[in-house]
Amino acid sequence: MTTPQILPVERPETADEPASARPWVTIVHDDPVNLMTYVVFVFQKLFGFSRETAETLMMDVHTKGRAVVSSGARERMEYDAARLHTYGLWATVDKQ
Amino acid sequence: MSLFRREGEECVASLSLEEVRVLRKVASEVVGLLTEGFDHDDPVVLRLFPSVYPTDPVEAAEFRRFTEGDLKTGKIDQAGAVLAALPPEDEADPAGTEIRLDSESAEAWLRAINDVRLAMGVRLDVNEETDLDEELDAELNRDLSSARSFQLSVYAYLGYLQESLLDAIMR
Repeated sequence: MTTPQILPVERPETADEPASARPWVTIVHDDPVNLMTYVVFVFQKLFGFSRETAETLMMDVHTKGRAVVSSGARERMEYDAARLHTYGLWATVDKQ
Repeated sequence: MSLFRREGEECVASLSLEEVRVLRKVASEVVGLLTEGFDHDDPVVLRLFPSVYPTDPVEAAEFRRFTEGDLKTGKIDQAGAVLAALPPEDEADPAGTEIRLDSESAEAWLRAINDVRLAMGVRLDVNEETDLDEELDAELNRDLSSARSFQLSVYAYLGYLQESLLDAIMR
């Protein structure tokens, strides 16, 4: 998985927390239909990522098949997954 | 083929009669799929309502129980936003219809077109290896009037339309 390069760097507010404080992750999976530009748009819109971060995550999804887009409490991850489903992205929740 | 452009705060497209017809048809089909045709075993429904815990059916069902209603309502509403912005087929101007979307409607259209493309992608068996242009050309050469020719053309058109709408929204 490719999480470490993204989450702690881009979200410094969670960088110092122990892993046990953010034990759950939201994962977006690759699919052959969603436009790459649309996925970048959704990532920026829902998570407030910079364009660069959103593009990096989108490319991770595209080339590696999946990417972690958020981590934290389980309820929050389920909320994120539900929002991603509203936009038609294929999102699942898993333990870190 | 008509595309969206940005005019002030609005996203604007001048749609032909055929495009109005096609958009009405696909948006209505999504509404049908989400209402009377709703079936959890339908692969399209599985794609639009993915399991959030693929390896844990009990947890997945629990999540579904709490979220599916809202997700479904949202998807019906966004398909409804497409239908609401289009003239009824028999009142559409044969010379073309100008559609003007404010930012909220544009977002709803963006998500609705995406739902339609996801549904069609499942039905057409679009996968990572699919070369849409190639497949469309081959099918048009095989049988111009086949259902698959029509559906692949619509799917390709919706991709361009969505891309142009996204471009107009972000401008």
